[in-house]
Amino acid sequence: MAEFALPANSKIGVGETYKAVAGTKNIKKFKVYRWTPDDGKKPSVDTYEVDMDTCGPMVLDALIKIKNETDSSLTFRRSCREGVCGSCAMNIDGTNTLACTKFIADVKGDVKIYPLPHMPVVKDLVPDLNVPYAQLASIEPWLKSTTAPPTRERIQSPEERAKLDGLWECILCFCCSTSCPSYWWSGDRYLGPAVLLQAYRWLADSRDEGKGERLDNLEDPFRLYRCHTIMNCTKTCPKSLNPAKAIGEIKKMLVERTI
Amino acid sequence: MNDTRTPLSRARGLGSAKEGVHHWWMQRITAIALIPLVVWFAISLVMMSGADYAVVRAWIGSPLVMVLLILTIGIGLHHGQLGLQVVWEDYTDGGLRVAMIVLTKFIAVLFGLGAIVGIMRIGFGG
Repeated sequence: MAEFALPANSKIGVGETYKAVAGTKNIKKFKVYRWTPDDGKKPSVDTYEVDMDTCGPMVLDALIKIKNETDSSLTFRRSCREGVCGSCAMNIDGTNTLACTKFIADVKGDVKIYPLPHMPVVKDLVPDLNVPYAQLASIEPWLKSTTAPPTRERIQSPEERAKLDGLWECILCFCCSTSCPSYWWSGDRYLGPAVLLQAYRWLADSRDEGKGERLDNLEDPFRLYRCHTIMNCTKTCPKSLNPAKAIGEIKKMLVERTI
Repeated sequence: MNDTRTPLSRARGLGSAKEGVHHWWMQRITAIALIPLVVWFAISLVMMSGADYAVVRAWIGSPLVMVLLILTIGIGLHHGQLGLQVVWEDYTDGGLRVAMIVLTKFIAVLFGLGAIVGIMRIGFGG
């Protein structure tokens, strides 16, 4: 349901400021959301002054530099540092994106960094994504076939394979789902754009034999039809995919099987 | 109350309603039908601006006009209640949601029948 007031623990205070070493010329300020479950305090935004002359070009480079050199307690997820693992998804400069593929130079003024919106926070920039992961499991994102397995590959024409382009590239960073107001408000029942794009990835696969069953499980006023084509998902996707279109295709498939 | 369900239990909930495509499809079909109907209705009103009761009554008395007016009212209210249902689903919860959806449907039927009876009384010269 829609929420118009923030819960008490979402009111953010002003935190510490970590000054750069005196004499540093090229300073960029990073304002980072901080919260830990350990001290009972409300969240705050800490300010870190980072020397850009000794920092890599990406926001993730700055976060790693801060953690290595200034404040080892700063907590965030990262792994591949090249936009294929989806770990470092966070809200940077007001937009959900990957810290590893976001250029610091593209941010005007201070770099504001928050965790993905409207998810429970585990610590600092680490959101609790257990429910979205379970929603992904609930759509059974694997090939379903009752025909006896072939002795070699399952055949697919180049045209059939092309239908999966724009779908298989999704890295499940959940930037899209956590940018969607419908998902903020009905995330307990609405599957959200990331999971629905995955659902369509299997509906669009010529080798899959489970389409009817998949559509049965998606046809629901909340699971699918909470999408009101707001398009935040498509706008924010760091991989330039189009979850809104995938959701539209699922809606078209559901009409197609009734008429 | 502590929610001790597993994430998968929360994600699956009560299962799929296996419903929603009819609502979605009807919302689109009624929207398409309303485009010509509302344009026709607006043009008709503008053309009759300043006309007296007798002129309007004769207009409504035409069988084609009467059918189109009833269609505009009926389809418009159907489209409106379908849309409002989505608003209640987005913005309310629990008992309030159920009450508002039922109330919306009751009011739509009441307004619709009232308007149709009114149109027919005027048209048939009641």
